Amino acid sequence: MTEVLVLIDAPDGKVTKPSLELLTIARRIGEPSAVVFGSADTDTLTQYGAEKIYTYDDAVYSEFLVGPKAEALAQLVTETSPAAVLVGASTEGKEISARVALKTESGWISDAVDVQASGDSVTTTQSVFAGNFTVQSSITKGAPVITVKPNSTTPEAAAGAGAVEAKTAEVSEAAKTAKITSTKVKEASGRPELTEAAIVVSGGRGTGGDFTEVEAFADTLGAAVGASRAAVDSGWYPHSFQVGQTGKTVSPQLYVANGISGAIQHRAGMQTSKTIVAVNKDDEAPIFELVDFGVVGDLKSVLPQATEEVKKRKG
Amino acid sequence: MTKIVVAVKYVPDATADRTFSADNTVDREGVDGLLSELDEYAVEQALQVVEAGDGEVTVLTVGPEDAADAVRKALQMGADAGVHVQDDAIHGSDAFATSLILAKAIEKLEYDMVFFGMASTDGGLGVVPTLVAERLGLPAVTFASEITVDGDTVKIRRDGDVATQEIEASGKLVVSVTDQTGEARYPSFKGIMAAKKKPVEEWTLEDIGVDASSVGLDNAWTKVESYEPRPPRTAGEIVTDEGDGGAKLVEFLAAKKFV
Ligand SMILES: Cc1cc2nc3c(=O)[nH]c(=O)nc-3n(C[C@H](O)[C@H](O)[C@H](O)COP(=O)(O)OP(=O)(O)OC[C@H]3O[C@@H](n4cnc5c(N)ncnc54)[C@H](O)[C@@H]3O)c2cc1C
Ligand SMILES: Cc1cc2nc3c(=O)[nH]c(=O)nc-3n(C[C@H](O)[C@H](O)[C@H](O)COP(=O)(O)OP(=O)(O)OC[C@H]3O[C@@H](n4cnc5c(N)ncnc54)[C@H](O)[C@@H]3O)c2cc1C
Repeated sequence: MTEVLVLIDAPDGKVTKPSLELLTIARRIGEPSAVVFGSADTDTLTQYGAEKIYTYDDAVYSEFLVGPKAEALAQLVTETSPAAVLVGASTEGKEISARVALKTESGWISDAVDVQASGDSVTTTQSVFAGNFTVQSSITKGAPVITVKPNSTTPEAAAGAGAVEAKTAEVSEAAKTAKITSTKVKEASGRPELTEAAIVVSGGRGTGGDFTEVEAFADTLGAAVGASRAAVDSGWYPHSFQVGQTGKTVSPQLYVANGISGAIQHRAGMQTSKTIVAVNKDDEAPIFELVDFGVVGDLKSVLPQATEEVKKRKG
Repeated sequence: MTKIVVAVKYVPDATADRTFSADNTVDREGVDGLLSELDEYAVEQALQVVEAGDGEVTVLTVGPEDAADAVRKALQMGADAGVHVQDDAIHGSDAFATSLILAKAIEKLEYDMVFFGMASTDGGLGVVPTLVAERLGLPAVTFASEITVDGDTVKIRRDGDVATQEIEASGKLVVSVTDQTGEARYPSFKGIMAAKKKPVEEWTLEDIGVDASSVGLDNAWTKVESYEPRPPRTAGEIVTDEGDGGAKLVEFLAAKKFV
């Protein structure tokens, strides 16, 4: 079987759930080979099916933006002629993979929500125009390079050989531009990561700037907290929690929108959630067109009651 | 004197019913188009850089006839000149062909920096800036949330998922700008009148030395096989809070096994 290269994301060495999803998807197409810049927990990679683990360890990969990683990965593509290259659909993942595709003259598909083997090639499903259309795509040239959205599948364990191979790559001077002069890591919220969470509870302008009720409800459900751009622009919540076209795309099992009207740009980031619930005091808010369940009411009273009710049921 | 080229895209209005044409490309006829809203931020930042010193802003678009509207809007905001690359062979181009056309057009212009929006509001891939930089052999600082130009050095802040980064670069540079950089200005009456006199060049593929066989639908490396509208959501249950809204909400969640 042919190799499928999977670019692994592992901040502080811990392999993210979307990366495990990619390894799971890779097994549909061929033999997963994990590609790691820096370090990653190789046991986890092996448990999720990595037959090979290519590691690149050099400061150049963290000192500069995507250039060096793209060059290294492109060289590996040329060397291994993989059946496909799978990368997480983060902003960095997209930039690295698009450059790899350009360098290797391969078709590139962005933001796939599903990837299937089809004959000796691959077809993908994308969700486009704010989730209003589903598109099937394929590539016509080279090895398919595909970025896949988080929550596109459930990670499944399957023992791989996990043979570690330390690699070095030639990084050109041209790739070593735009130097990172400082990196300030954000404080962790203690809640699940927004794009990976099974439940997301969001607040918008309707919170009036106070996210207490939204956070309390999120915490009883073990959920991540999200925000609309109106809430972010008002300085009520950090940008990294924004859901929507210019924020994060989330696709959880459950999305709860509170005091959010449901503008097209917000929908673009949450419309593919499995179950959608909204609390809004305006019964004509467009968000109600999407919901499986909606409460017309003031979030300031509905959410605290819901929080108490969940606590009661949990006992 | 800082010369900035801003690449701007003409896109179907996101608030209208966007769909596809018979050849599986975006239908750009049935829905009104406009300057991609996210590119306004790039135009704004370019104008601010130039206004803080001395310089010139040229806007560049690749698209069908109507795409001239996107150029006009940017000129009304205050850009100095426009370039419109238009050629029937471009229809259906993928991200790679688009980046090739942009890179070749940019090479024909005089510039110190090239600004882009963070992503278009139709394709929304967000990789055209990085691909153009790769083709031009220039550093790319993408998703900038703050830009300061200080002599030859450009300092950029990037607000990522897990970290905030400060980046420094000098020399020719590609920058993509997020909507975190601050509101874009509206064209003033004076700006609208002045725009009518500003030069707009029309270029074909031949003018920029791009062969038609490397662009367009038939030469794309990626192909849309089929599309279908998402099935409409079945009407959900909506209740009005009469003091029990929270309890009813949790009842629903419990029935769905979320609690
Ligand atoms: C290019 C572009 C990109 C954008 N990207 C994004 C994006 O990524 N994400 C995003 O979210 N938006 C984005 N937007 C903005 C988007 O168009 C909307 O302006 C935004 O989503 C509105 O946020 P909101 O729903 O919180 O506020 P509003 O639209 O003001 O809605 C507030 C809602 O709260 C309700 N409400 C008020 N008080 C209460 C209460 N006490 N209890 C219950 N309900 C209450 C109101 O009835 C109303 O429906 C973008 C816009 C553009 C042009
Ligand atoms: C729904 C959809 C899905 C697609 N999926 C894929 C895919 O998976 N793979 C693929 O290769 N192609 C894909 N395409 C095609 C791709 O979007 C087009 O080739 C497009 O011209 C370039 O990408 P973008 O609009 O996403 O630009 P982005 O990369 O999102 O744009 C970033 C910035 O680049 C500049 N820019 C982009 N296009 C132009 C232009 N024509 N003129 C001037 N400046 C411009 C603007 O400053 C813009 O803000 C898709 C298109 C659509 C509509």
